[in-house]
Amino acid sequence: MSTATADAVMDYDEAMGKFDPVMGLEVHVELHTATKMFCGCPTEFGAEPNSQVCPVCLGLPGALPVVNEKAVESAIRIGLALNCEIAEWCRFARKNYFYPDMPKNFQTSQYDEPIAFEGYLDVELEDGSTYRVEIERAHMEEDTGKSLHIGGATGRIHGADHSLVDYNRAGIPLIEIVTKPMVGAGERAPEVAKAYVSALRDLLRALDVSDVKMEQGSMRCDANVSLRPRVGAPLDEAQLAVPLGTRTETKNVNSLRSVERAVRYEISRHAAILDGGGSILQETRHWHEDTGITTSGRVKSDAEDYRYFPEPDLVPVAPTRETVEALRGTLPEPPGLRRKRLQSDWGYSDLEMRDVVNAGAVELIEETVAAGASAAAARKWWLGEPSRRANAEGQDIVSYAAGLGLTPAHIAELDGLVAAGRLNDSMARQVLDGVLAGEGTPTAVADARGLELVQDDGALEAAVDKVIDANPDVAAKIRDGKVTAAGALIGQVMKEMKGQADAGKARELILAKLQ
Amino acid sequence: MSSLSRDDVAHLAGLARIELSDAELDRMVGELGVILESVAKVQQAPTEGVAPMSHPMPLTNVTRPDVVRPSLGAEAVLAGAPEAEQQRFSVPRILDED
Repeated sequence: MSTATADAVMDYDEAMGKFDPVMGLEVHVELHTATKMFCGCPTEFGAEPNSQVCPVCLGLPGALPVVNEKAVESAIRIGLALNCEIAEWCRFARKNYFYPDMPKNFQTSQYDEPIAFEGYLDVELEDGSTYRVEIERAHMEEDTGKSLHIGGATGRIHGADHSLVDYNRAGIPLIEIVTKPMVGAGERAPEVAKAYVSALRDLLRALDVSDVKMEQGSMRCDANVSLRPRVGAPLDEAQLAVPLGTRTETKNVNSLRSVERAVRYEISRHAAILDGGGSILQETRHWHEDTGITTSGRVKSDAEDYRYFPEPDLVPVAPTRETVEALRGTLPEPPGLRRKRLQSDWGYSDLEMRDVVNAGAVELIEETVAAGASAAAARKWWLGEPSRRANAEGQDIVSYAAGLGLTPAHIAELDGLVAAGRLNDSMARQVLDGVLAGEGTPTAVADARGLELVQDDGALEAAVDKVIDANPDVAAKIRDGKVTAAGALIGQVMKEMKGQADAGKARELILAKLQ
Repeated sequence: MSSLSRDDVAHLAGLARIELSDAELDRMVGELGVILESVAKVQQAPTEGVAPMSHPMPLTNVTRPDVVRPSLGAEAVLAGAPEAEQQRFSVPRILDED
């Protein structure tokens, strides 16, 4: 196979000078229903191989599928959230192919009658501008089994001696969301691709229909890329009128960063071929996360003749308009709007809000504020040690905090202890360490560790006097109005007090004595 | 329905993973052609104004609640497998066509 040689690529900026990129993204989302699409088998991730399999998803003769009501509702809600039309009547279809990942030798999918079609998703880019991604369709289907390839190099299918199949995943409800050709993005095509997948992930998370964990495969992206000659600016009519070039479909692009990199790579690779007078082979490409390149997969040929026909074992799905409107009523506030509202409520700067969003801490902060903390404190504590540690562990902050039992209520309580003057900042950090170490609630940790600001003003005053006496030059500066010099004295006072003092109070005392 | 070509039959055999010798291909072209011709008689029925039908019963929206039902268990699932390994179905090499 062609894995050994890397293809020639053209410098990205040069490629952009000569060509106009067009993309199409196909995203597969596993719904997190309790059961599979057409049978009552559970959908738990990571279960023992072949332990969540029954006659229906094993394709045994005579077994009859029945549609999961919740999956249809989720599909409709996804369609509505993507501003799609919802079909009044649609059918499932059999997509026939021989491959051991589906024991039935077909995948139950939808063909020319998707449940949702003709929608769009507005995607915010880093500079604050918006790109509208047109949605062609969102249809229901089922996931396939998982194969382990034995005997080849590094577990790849090529050169494998045989394969081992686990059908736990076969039949898990899947929604495939397909965009129309994304034109006019120009050099920002890779950024737009990433922003779209990111916005889609946020939307699906807000809908609470999927775990949307790209690393676990519950959200997967295939990226189609083609180039056409550049004849003007990306949105010029003349440019938009140029026929689309031949596309390649890069499979298994399973992180946001990879989506951006894979699109960029394919653009540079196509550009090198086209510029050299060659032509693009319509084929699937495999993305390699480690090396950041794609390699040739299978060529689209007549082997891909799926002979779709209406699934005779499933009756049509015909959601009433009442049902559709009732489901529309369950849609959450769109993530983009919600973010803007929260940012304004919390008084965060754009940069602060972006950090919070990137850290995945929006919900945590929302709950922490609801539990009584200030928005500033909630941000400070969640984005501090817990975020740093979650990052180091390669986990998202929500599951990391949940794993350690750290809750928004804890952070609110910690903030309360600081606000009430019981803890200073450095003590609060120690208390948080204790909570992260499983020592209990903030109050319990503070009690157990004997952390409490000395409320004895006499002791503090004595320490202040001692430090002023020991530093006559600094004291003189402060007397002359150089208030910033107080910082040096505060540090020493805190040392005298072994950290058990309120730095704010120490500052007040120092200034009172020297002004 | 026009007649079936030898290439059509070879293509279908490939899709169905059925290996046919040249002699078998020739025979199938004839046999399948007869079948198609017979079925084609149905096309003489007057269907103008009749909507295509895929399901004989006028039913829609047959669903079940999203409630877990017991699976078979891996042992029973694999009992019918010609070969199993690591609690998985062992299947022959998948890619040997290129």
